[in-house]
Amino acid sequence: MPALRFVNVSKHYAVADRLVPALRDISLEIEYGEFVALVGRSGCGKSTLLNLAGAMDLPSGGQVYIGDMPTSGMDDRELTAIRRQQVGFVFQFFQLLPTLSAVENVELPLLLAGRSDARQRALEALDLVDLAGLAERLPHQLSGGQMQRVAIARALVHAPKLLLADEPLGNLDSETAEGILELMQRLNRDLGASIVMATHSMKSTARAGRVLRLSDGRMEHDDAAER
Amino acid sequence: MTRRNAKAKHLALLLHRLIGQPLFRDRARTAVTVLAVALGVATVVAIDLAGEASAGSFRSSMETLQGSASYEIYQVGGLPEGLYGELARLPEPLAFSARVAGYGTVPGTRERVPVFGVDLLGDPMLRGWGGIDAADLSTLTGSRSVWVSPAFGAAPGDRIDLIFNDHAETVDVQGVLQDTQFQGVSLGRMVLADIALAQRLLDRMGRLDRIYVQVPQRGDKDWAELLRRHLPPSAVLVEAGIQSRQNRKMLNAFRWNVRVLSYIALLVGAFLVYNAVAVSVVRRRPQIGIVRALGASQRMVRWGFLLEGGLLGICGAGLGLPLGQLFAFAAVAAMGQTVEALYVSSAPGSVEIRPWTVALSVITGVGVALASAWRPAHEAASVRPTEAMARARRDYVARTSSRRWAGVALGLVVLAVALCAIPPWERIPLAGYAAALALIAAAALLAPQASASGLRIVERLFAMPFGVAGTLGARGLTASLARTAVIVAALCTATAMMVSVGVMVGSFRETVSLWMDRQLQADLYIRAEGPSTPDQSPTMDEEIAQRVEQSPHVAAVDRFRVHAIEYGGLPARLGLGDVRVHGRRAGIRFLEGPRPETIWDRLTSGDSVIVSEPFSNKHDVHADDAIKLPLGPDGVRFQVEGVYYDYSGEQGYLIGDRSNLLRYLPDRRLSSLAVYLREGSDAEEARADIVRALSGSNVQVARNRELRERALVVFDRTFAITYALEAIAVIVAILGMAGALIILVIDRRADLGVLRVLGASQRQVRRLVLAQAGMLGLISTATGCLLGGGLSLILIKVINKQSFGWTIQFHWPIAFLLAALAAIWAASFVAGVYPARMAAALDPVGVLHEE
Repeated sequence: MPALRFVNVSKHYAVADRLVPALRDISLEIEYGEFVALVGRSGCGKSTLLNLAGAMDLPSGGQVYIGDMPTSGMDDRELTAIRRQQVGFVFQFFQLLPTLSAVENVELPLLLAGRSDARQRALEALDLVDLAGLAERLPHQLSGGQMQRVAIARALVHAPKLLLADEPLGNLDSETAEGILELMQRLNRDLGASIVMATHSMKSTARAGRVLRLSDGRMEHDDAAER
Repeated sequence: MTRRNAKAKHLALLLHRLIGQPLFRDRARTAVTVLAVALGVATVVAIDLAGEASAGSFRSSMETLQGSASYEIYQVGGLPEGLYGELARLPEPLAFSARVAGYGTVPGTRERVPVFGVDLLGDPMLRGWGGIDAADLSTLTGSRSVWVSPAFGAAPGDRIDLIFNDHAETVDVQGVLQDTQFQGVSLGRMVLADIALAQRLLDRMGRLDRIYVQVPQRGDKDWAELLRRHLPPSAVLVEAGIQSRQNRKMLNAFRWNVRVLSYIALLVGAFLVYNAVAVSVVRRRPQIGIVRALGASQRMVRWGFLLEGGLLGICGAGLGLPLGQLFAFAAVAAMGQTVEALYVSSAPGSVEIRPWTVALSVITGVGVALASAWRPAHEAASVRPTEAMARARRDYVARTSSRRWAGVALGLVVLAVALCAIPPWERIPLAGYAAALALIAAAALLAPQASASGLRIVERLFAMPFGVAGTLGARGLTASLARTAVIVAALCTATAMMVSVGVMVGSFRETVSLWMDRQLQADLYIRAEGPSTPDQSPTMDEEIAQRVEQSPHVAAVDRFRVHAIEYGGLPARLGLGDVRVHGRRAGIRFLEGPRPETIWDRLTSGDSVIVSEPFSNKHDVHADDAIKLPLGPDGVRFQVEGVYYDYSGEQGYLIGDRSNLLRYLPDRRLSSLAVYLREGSDAEEARADIVRALSGSNVQVARNRELRERALVVFDRTFAITYALEAIAVIVAILGMAGALIILVIDRRADLGVLRVLGASQRQVRRLVLAQAGMLGLISTATGCLLGGGLSLILIKVINKQSFGWTIQFHWPIAFLLAALAAIWAASFVAGVYPARMAAALDPVGVLHEE
């Protein structure tokens, strides 16, 4: 069973009385443990695909399966439960809560899910991203790379099957970006979580095991299809 | 298009895009802020309008038919009626109008109707007025015929039953007055009778209440001097209308107090305008940086944000004016009740919007908005163009040097204490108000620290019921500390005023209650039917006292009569008491003078009086002083034997021995009787016996307990308006909190979006915002309690004492305070409902996409 499956998925948005397509007839499967790079020009539908994959949004047509569960027809409570248990997110601008320390940011998903061992697991997650010593720092006391590491720790703390990263390197210099990429690759390998990373960087696609290229909402290229 | 026109058009376009559009986009926030300002303005306008209607445009009912007289003559206890004839025969071009005035009570409804006795045949002021003609007069004079105003709804030939003092009478309607106004004064319901009939109805045989004098317009003759030569020494000649001015002066302190209370709502509104504009500045910091980079001057930015504040003020004023008129209709009734209970009978005027009212709403609304917007506008102007380049959102930081502001706050507290020692100006405790303002300002300066400490405490408190939502809520508020502090300051001020007024009124009520327990020692109290006000109380025949004394249940009867007098240019009350009974039995407590037994002995032995505390404070009269009262042919000097605690009215009382004072005021009719029963007598049985004995007389016989209960009902009604004003201030603050939470949700929507992505349910987000509302409410009510305690000390020990002269014992009305604080706290949760729903409904995808 794949970690993520899209079956003839389309998504459109209503803009000023007309429907603007964002994704058209996308079908794909991502297996557990895969590291997938999602590339394409701005506005091609990368973020929309990640939103559907992360149970943040519902498709206009077709089916999205996270594990074996179709998201179509789910209400907000069910979508929230999927996000809590099966999905982790990393954003371009980190999106750490400025009022919480690094460890408090990391333990947030566990607290929201009502887990009792939140602090211990958050410290372990920080240790995984080599930030155990900076647990009590507030986001503004961290560098960009450190903030993104905290964001990754937060995305992984609840051991999701699927890690979705939307341009995680877009706001970092090349050296820091390289470090983050290495970290993601290591975590993919050690933890076995599937990673889907939207990116512009050709360097990062080289680290991914599979590349998906979107163009104008359509799947233009999929390594797996070619294999 | 000229260059100037083009420039103006461009400026308008810029302002529209940079100020107008954001205001429109944040419609909910704008609406809440405008409503808060409108409520503040409406309260101020309402109190001003109601004050004018119930007190400002006030004339005592006695003066309704005063006309254009230049002088008026009166005397304590009434003028001898022969004086009118003597004056009319003077060989001078003077016109005289005699008046007898009082009230009749409509049986059943107990509505009070003014009754005027006039010289229908010879009164020059009435000539040709009201449609009264000579033919009617022939039938009117000497009969039971009266004229009534159209408002009475009666027709000629009708008969009207009215109660006058202790007797019921039926009068015949001879005609209906055609004019509804007399020289510009609205008449309302009134009865006009010939003097002889009015004297009979009102039990003023042989006496006149007033004689008005019209003097020629031209010439420089000293008419006052001429008139004084022909008046008995005890008669007082004053300029006509002086009583209105005296009443106005007397009411001044009351009006000031109510007015200052009404400004609290506006002050709370000011906090909210400050908050609204400050938040605009923070949220548009990058835009400000961009327009600065594109060439906008600092001045332009400053004026832009001032304009935003001004627009909120104009809209608030525009909405506040009609709202204030609506409030005024309710307030005029409440203020009228207070005026009647504490001061004098009055006929409230109509609520009218005048140019001054419009100006007041604009000045208060726009003025407060501009003043509040000044600091944020100044801060906006200081944004550097480079800030536009910074991507990271700049948070709203409390730019306060906490130590410095704490020092300033301490200085303000010291100033407040010092101000409390300054005496009042014209009985207006200006320094007391300034002290209260200084204390509020000190609290506002300490609000950031108090909020930070408070949030640390409540975070733990809320973690239990709200879980992670409570923790996140507290952190969110801490992150926006300056904004949080403004809201805490606003709600803290409103709560503090509610607490302080509650403590003041509660203390006053408790003091009055204890005072009544001690003072009202008689078992039964008897007075004539009909409402009584400090300047007008119905009287009863002395024969009633004799009938009561014959009851086998009765041990002693204390006869009491009240006369309205004037002392030191202010109205006061002179009580004639049966000192042998009164002194021995009533529990009067003295704050100045020798032992009570000595005081009572001295009162029976000569021209001596005791004075109430308000009288003593108002006129600086103390034990052992000598004062001259306008009695007898030349006025009489009285020795002040003591000053006693009294809470029965604000005018001030003097009490002397009835048997002695009857020499100067020979009218033996009585205002009330205090009846002491024999030991072992059953009060209810005794009352039934007395009621039987007095059948046919229109008197009320009340038991001690009933009288106390009635007094407390009047007390509560009197202070209802103060609670209403405080409630409005709290509503304004709660609205402000709702607005602030909406802003917080809008500003933190990215964080809320992230939370949703990380697995927060809609319910958790809703609870987060509700927790924030609850935290703000809890911190505000806690700090408001502390500030309220300080303010209540100023209210009780300084403002009330200086305004009214009462000593009030401090008392915490625990039940009221708990209920009020719980209500405010509950309301703060209610304020969070809409923002919470808004936050829960945020689309995380859309929000993060925007970011």
